Amino acid sequence: MADVTVRDIPSPMAAEEVAGRSLWSDARRRFLQNHAAVASLVILIIIAALSFGAPFLGLRDQDDVNYDMMPAAPPDFATGYFFGSDANGRDLFVRTLYGGQVSLTVGAVATLVSLLIGVAWGATAGFIGGRVDGAMMRIVDILYSIPFIFFVILLTVVFGHDIILIYLAIGAVSWLDMARIVRGQTLSLKRKEFIEAAHASGVSTFNIVRRHIIPNCLGPVVIYVTLTVPTVILTESFLSFLGMGVQEPQSSWGTLISEGARSMEISPWGLLPGVVLALTLLCLNFVGDGMRDAFDPKDR
Amino acid sequence: MAAIANADLPVLDVNGLETTFSTPEGEVKAVNGVSFQVRAGEAVGVVGESGSGKSQIFMSIMGLLASNGRARGSVKFKGTEILGQPPSKLNKIRGVRMSMIFQDPMTSLNPYLTVARQMTEVLVEHKGMSMAEARKASIALLDRVQIPEAAQRFDMYPHEFSGGMRQRVMIAMALLCQPELLIADEPTTALDVTVQAQILELIGGLRRDFNMALTLITHDMGVIAGMCDRVMVMYGGRVVEAAPAGKLFHDPQHPYSAGLLRSMPRLDETMHDRLTTIAGQPPNLQRLPSGCAFRDRCDYRMEICATELPPLRGIAPERSKACHLQAL
Amino acid sequence: MLRYFLRRVGGAIPTLFLIIAVSFFLVHAAPGGPFSTERNRPAEIEENLKRAYHLDESVPRQFLRYLNGLAHADFGPSFQYKDFSVSELIARGFPTSLMLGTLAIAAALILGLSAGIWAAFRQNSAIDYSVMGMSMTGIAVPNFVVAPFLTLVFGSLLHWLPVGGWDHWSNIVLPAVALGLPNVAAVSRLTRGSMIEVLRSNYVRTARAKGLRERVTITRHAIRAAILPVISYLGPAVANIITGSVIIEQIFSIPGIGRYFVQAALNRDYTLVMGVTIFYGVIIITCNLITDLLYGFLDPRVRYD
Repeated sequence: MADVTVRDIPSPMAAEEVAGRSLWSDARRRFLQNHAAVASLVILIIIAALSFGAPFLGLRDQDDVNYDMMPAAPPDFATGYFFGSDANGRDLFVRTLYGGQVSLTVGAVATLVSLLIGVAWGATAGFIGGRVDGAMMRIVDILYSIPFIFFVILLTVVFGHDIILIYLAIGAVSWLDMARIVRGQTLSLKRKEFIEAAHASGVSTFNIVRRHIIPNCLGPVVIYVTLTVPTVILTESFLSFLGMGVQEPQSSWGTLISEGARSMEISPWGLLPGVVLALTLLCLNFVGDGMRDAFDPKDR
Repeated sequence: MAAIANADLPVLDVNGLETTFSTPEGEVKAVNGVSFQVRAGEAVGVVGESGSGKSQIFMSIMGLLASNGRARGSVKFKGTEILGQPPSKLNKIRGVRMSMIFQDPMTSLNPYLTVARQMTEVLVEHKGMSMAEARKASIALLDRVQIPEAAQRFDMYPHEFSGGMRQRVMIAMALLCQPELLIADEPTTALDVTVQAQILELIGGLRRDFNMALTLITHDMGVIAGMCDRVMVMYGGRVVEAAPAGKLFHDPQHPYSAGLLRSMPRLDETMHDRLTTIAGQPPNLQRLPSGCAFRDRCDYRMEICATELPPLRGIAPERSKACHLQAL
Repeated sequence: MLRYFLRRVGGAIPTLFLIIAVSFFLVHAAPGGPFSTERNRPAEIEENLKRAYHLDESVPRQFLRYLNGLAHADFGPSFQYKDFSVSELIARGFPTSLMLGTLAIAAALILGLSAGIWAAFRQNSAIDYSVMGMSMTGIAVPNFVVAPFLTLVFGSLLHWLPVGGWDHWSNIVLPAVALGLPNVAAVSRLTRGSMIEVLRSNYVRTARAKGLRERVTITRHAIRAAILPVISYLGPAVANIITGSVIIEQIFSIPGIGRYFVQAALNRDYTLVMGVTIFYGVIIITCNLITDLLYGFLDPRVRYD
């Protein structure tokens, strides 16, 4: 029998070989195949556009009190009161849109705060490792078991209802998950060769973290940002509902829901802002889930 | 009549077994018309690469297919048809008369239950033993598979055992009811080389003591030698050659079997520059080529190989091959 | 097992201390004191008030005094309800809140586990999709939106349940449901995912290969493994319910601790706010501890950490 050496036989699989795809285009493709996530994204964009574009839509002013119209049930297309009016005769639809500006802004800013704290904490802990890492994550563990709402409420009780404070307070209590994820990513990245190479070329620790570790953690971070935003919006609504969040004359969805709940018997449409809030949170969750599946598909 | 017939009946009689899996990308044909027999007390080796269908044959037989799998054909256990039977009927055979051990002892044992629980439940369920009796019998068998201090370890959890010991526990568990057939699906692949030899020896010894039939599934020819009476070589979901072990090793008649044997490095040969391999890749089971599945990798391919599927034909007593070549 | 337990307890103590310390120092960092909102008083009365409440001492001194009080279960006097101490108020409100919370958790577990297991066995069927859909909604929609909505439907429109009051057992249904709903959703989701994974595992395959009856395989092997994530979730679930109760008690005017807390926050009653925070902190820590122990009991691998 002849000696067989490795020959160049075209493999039956060669024809089916696909060009390599990057992680991001793979993820984007998977995300786009997720109908619920895409639909949710579209709805979110519409809500955000309406909210922030409200001043340009030529609508009624939100403080326009019209005693003749109170309280009218929706949808009153003839007069343009899409959500009806609240107890003071103000256009609830317009108020909801402006409320959306507040809620969404808090969502964005507070998430940004939590992102900064979480990424900084996690990347540092993961990169330095050892006892410092152990200590930093112990602190995270401890903080995990503290009922944060209570502390945020305490903060507002103590320092007043400044909107900046609210951004900071909510952000300060939402960074834990992010820190954990970033730390995990950093730990696994640390062992990869290009970090060693950077070290060997004398790049400082700070710059390694900044230029190599953080960009590579982007995937999971993006996912967790999308999952943090609804939590943050929820916290702000919670506070506002209780009267401890944004104060008059601003109102967020939470405040509107609180008002609506109080006058629910006579004007049940006052709960419509609640429907909008619920819809926004639901869509955010779908998008977040969609992103998580896109980057790390597991059989559902 | 019935008594004599029973003794002669093969333990396993498989006829035209076909197993397919429905996936979003299409149907995957894992097993494509496999027929063979396993006689009482016989040791049969089943060899092939990953994806050759060797494990799925026995998953189908045991009724352990994933939910998207379908098996057709006929499988008789001692004359009784078992393919497609509901679990309630299969459970009278599984674990009692026919047992299976798997490749990965790490994940094949329930981490949340003690070894004691996992072993005694077999005896309690199938033999109606009391817990005390079941414990005694189980510990005795653990001793038999050479678990040191079996009585003390009996109430421990799987994670407290090493890999090799866990596989011994699995073996003991499979033999509790003294089955007529043991199916061993790559029992040593996940273990250290030194432990491999011990486990194989153990299985061989137990087989003789219990007078059990054995089907040993593996991708490693070396494991087959010394353990098996007969060998089946699988490729692309089909049997391509079947022969007594000795004959197969000395005189393989299918180019694939020959390739497998040649690719095993040997101590008694001079070193070559490169390891001998079989060029190419295993076939895509969703799109099996027409004709012989091995043709693209075969040194001896002929025109007929692309158009006609070579049937499995007998070429000598106890020998068969699926190849258009007259002789290698 | 004992060492595992002791380590968990050991870990809880710094957490508790942190909660107490942060609450205390936050409150005392406030500009103005607890009386600054009231009308202007002559200096001496101001002095006397301060001395009576020990507010004239240095902050660290006050902290030690507070800790001492805590050791005797004394949270200090309420600034808002002048005749009551914080401990008394907590003692008054706790049974109510406890009843509400327990019902909510029980509902979460019973309904959530059943729904999750059911969905896992009917994967990709209409039932599965509806369970998954409802749990998505339950998790995302805040309870202060659900509560008024439920009241509207079941109270005002259908008249099945009372809208307010606290004298009949039917009063507790709506608040308990509103409170428990997000947790029912979370539990069912967790259970379904976990059950599906377990059913595909190698050890369930082994159990079937051993010829065990399917019912035994499911109950003894599958379910036991599948509920572990739910056990882990119990800790956060309790925290969830506690924070949720703050709003639910407010909406339904239930005389529990949550409502006292909200009133205290709005009225700047520092000691009451601190007291409730610490009290609930203790409960959460205790529940986390119990959850950890339960988990250790069910999963032998963590015991030997």
